[in-house]
Amino acid sequence: MSTWSRNSSWAAAVPCAAAALLLLGLGLALFWAPEDADQGISQKIFYVHVPVALTAYAGFGWGAWKALRLLWTGEERYDLESYTAVHMGTIFGVLTLVTGSIWAKVSWGVWWSWSERQLVLFLILFLFYSAYFMLRYSLDPGPRRQRSSAVYALFGVVLIPISFLAIRLAEDLIHPVVFTREGPQMSDSMFTTFCVCLAGMLALAGALYRVELAGKRIDERVRELRELLAAEPVRQHVLTEVRS
Amino acid sequence: MSTGEKYLAAAYLVVFAAVLLYLVIISLKVSRLERDLAELTELARRRGDG
Repeated sequence: MSTWSRNSSWAAAVPCAAAALLLLGLGLALFWAPEDADQGISQKIFYVHVPVALTAYAGFGWGAWKALRLLWTGEERYDLESYTAVHMGTIFGVLTLVTGSIWAKVSWGVWWSWSERQLVLFLILFLFYSAYFMLRYSLDPGPRRQRSSAVYALFGVVLIPISFLAIRLAEDLIHPVVFTREGPQMSDSMFTTFCVCLAGMLALAGALYRVELAGKRIDERVRELRELLAAEPVRQHVLTEVRS
Repeated sequence: MSTGEKYLAAAYLVVFAAVLLYLVIISLKVSRLERDLAELTELARRRGDG
């Protein structure tokens, strides 16, 4: 099988897997997983909110990994890959904040709680990565922008473990802790549903990442082609002048 | 529909709407790239003829 054929098969398989897993996850969440004794049906927001949040972390983490690769090898392609991953992380970050607010409203009666360290730390992480775009577009394209963006993306990833630890270090919590050292604090059916939803969300992010990256690469090549075609008459003119 | 069900539906719909919006943005981007490519192909063809 050729590389192109393998790549196109993979490109088609990921979105199909994402759609199948998300539909299965939705069905399991709504019709199979039991309702929570305390929160009732609104607890099922968990199956979309937590996978979306973990996918946002994965996006930021992937962006940092690509940034590290850029700084390590100096290969330009990692810059676009890091940028696209941070872009994905930010989109899923917005969804985390929105679905979390909806869950907070129905469970706690408020859209947001500033006393919750987990929420505030996630907001800081999100704002940090939102500022990444401001930094990136304040610099001219080139190696300086690539290195600055990479260093910034690497700094941000430090906030991810802090965000995870905050919820476990805090004592005055209303935000639930589901994953403890003793394992997931939920029934097997709930955990299975969660895993399917998480796999679906990660596959969706992977598919969107590939599409976004391909779009950005084509955009870059079209821009280069335009510049080449624009420069061609000037080059022809100079050659004619030199020959004459 | 209970209050819990309404909020649950809202949370799921937000994610669905975001994916849908993303697809619309991507399709607009592909259309723009198609236009750009057609324009550049035409330009290159004219250069080749001239």
